[in-house]
Amino acid sequence: MAASDASTPQITLEFPIEEKDFFMAGESASRVKKILQQLGLGQDIIRRVAIIIYEAAMNVAIHGSHGQLEVHVDPVAIHVQTADEGAGIPDIEMAMSEGFSTASDEIREMGFGAGMGLPNIKKNSDDLSVESKINEGTILRATVYLNSVTSP
Amino acid sequence: MQYFHSVKLNVKKCIGCTICIKHCPTEAIRVHDGKAAIMDERCIDCGECIKSCPHHAKYAHSDTLKKLSEYKYNIALPDPSFFGQFKEGENIEDILQAFLHIGFDEVFEVSLAAEIVAYIVRQKLQSAKLKKPIFSTSCPAVLRLMQIKFPGLLEQTTQVLSPMEIAARIAKDEAVKKTGIAYDEIGAIFISPCPAKVTEARQPITTKHSAVNGVIGAHLIYRDIVKNLHKGPADQEEQVQQRLFHKATKKGMSWGYLTGEPKSIGVGTTLAVSGVQNVMSLLEEIERGELQDVDFIELKVCDAGCVGGPLNIQNSFVGRVHLRGLIDRAGGQPSYYSEEELRDMYEKGHFESTEPILPRPIMTLDEDVAMALVKMERLDQITKELPGLDCGACGCPSCRALAEDIIRGTAFETDCVIKLRDRIKILAQEILYLARIVPPSMAADQPEKKEGT
Repeated sequence: MAASDASTPQITLEFPIEEKDFFMAGESASRVKKILQQLGLGQDIIRRVAIIIYEAAMNVAIHGSHGQLEVHVDPVAIHVQTADEGAGIPDIEMAMSEGFSTASDEIREMGFGAGMGLPNIKKNSDDLSVESKINEGTILRATVYLNSVTSP
Repeated sequence: MQYFHSVKLNVKKCIGCTICIKHCPTEAIRVHDGKAAIMDERCIDCGECIKSCPHHAKYAHSDTLKKLSEYKYNIALPDPSFFGQFKEGENIEDILQAFLHIGFDEVFEVSLAAEIVAYIVRQKLQSAKLKKPIFSTSCPAVLRLMQIKFPGLLEQTTQVLSPMEIAARIAKDEAVKKTGIAYDEIGAIFISPCPAKVTEARQPITTKHSAVNGVIGAHLIYRDIVKNLHKGPADQEEQVQQRLFHKATKKGMSWGYLTGEPKSIGVGTTLAVSGVQNVMSLLEEIERGELQDVDFIELKVCDAGCVGGPLNIQNSFVGRVHLRGLIDRAGGQPSYYSEEELRDMYEKGHFESTEPILPRPIMTLDEDVAMALVKMERLDQITKELPGLDCGACGCPSCRALAEDIIRGTAFETDCVIKLRDRIKILAQEILYLARIVPPSMAADQPEKKEGT
């Protein structure tokens, strides 16, 4: 997360995510969207952040047993972080490639787990880092800068 | 910008009950001084408040038959859903004929213009490489909702004029040719199922000036039409022409209820969604990049489509059944316009929208992002301190909305009855404390007084 400076205006939004709670992803994305609209941010930035939040929260719901989504907004950037206590990602590079998925058949039958989550997050964020430890969990940090204008 | 709104409040009937504020999709209503007040810049004229008000205090302002006296020659443009308002067994020619008996000189079915829109959208879906899905533009309340809440999706609208607008233009051009009367002396009067289309005719989104000269609510004209059914043709000439009145096919007529649009477009993967909450949740999904494999989506704020419009007479389910019955009995007639004529209309582009649909970012707290963040911090803090009951007693639809109004300077924390009660409790304790303190000279008279009070 960004360094917290008392003089810089900033807001942090937190959402707990439980395993297989597929509604929370959509709900948190639309709540953050409304807030970003009230902040007067550009359409493109809002759309990208909404996608990142949705996909990252879905990843936690699908793979992460349980975790937390945090969205931090300051005048420079929007930081999205998810931290979970799931199985971890053995090969992050592989997980970043389109179509690669370890989601269970049950999840795929529900229409999720197409292997587009992480690639989609990567496409829409300016900075992305994924740290993962097997059997401990994964921390994802994605940043979208308010002055970034290029639409992916 | 000055906004025109069809949705209005009858102050006498409003008892300030706060039911409407909960149903408004853009949180445009507040109750102040015991009366509802609509915020002009937020209202989309969807009519949800008209439907939800138990005291009928909300109404749609529209024209009446008196409007006909302003023009030399009047053309009625009945909405496709209007034909679902009549009882089982009525036929469409009789209904069209009745318009002539109540003072109109001509009738032009909006359903026929809907077929033109369907053709243009079909061509666009097949030829152009558009960002999918494409949204229909026939429901003006949906467009206004998108301007406020989903501005990022506006570029994905069909960019075609509404059937109402196209009907007015064609009907007036035809009348000029047929009668020789000047264009300005011809009145195109739309028969509307909703306030959204009243507003659209007065203050259009997709074109600068609407060709529609007046809009009469379906509820205001229905009885006149019913009384004049089965009267037969007014004169010999009309008797000959009677069969030519009804020009729309089943496809155009089905625009009166949900699924009519995709069915008449007839190509691609389509979806039809109605009800303002359903529309909003679908648009949320699409904003996140989902449903890109869908080509076209019909969106209507009213349940079941236009038959569910707040100015229609029948319950939306009944209206839908009646319209379907009427369509079945009308039988299959060939398209009034030939393929060549339709292609010509598409290629000339006369019916493309001329104005871009612009966002209406009225939710923004401040133009400066840093300042907006400061306000958001305060907004969050205030929201946390409010009880979270969303009871509406403060006149705002939710605690969050009250917090927003406090930030905008239009409300006070003590508007919240729970907060007010807390303040009174503190004050009461203070009064009690002060009441117990007596001057030392009187202390002996107060046996209950203990040290340290």
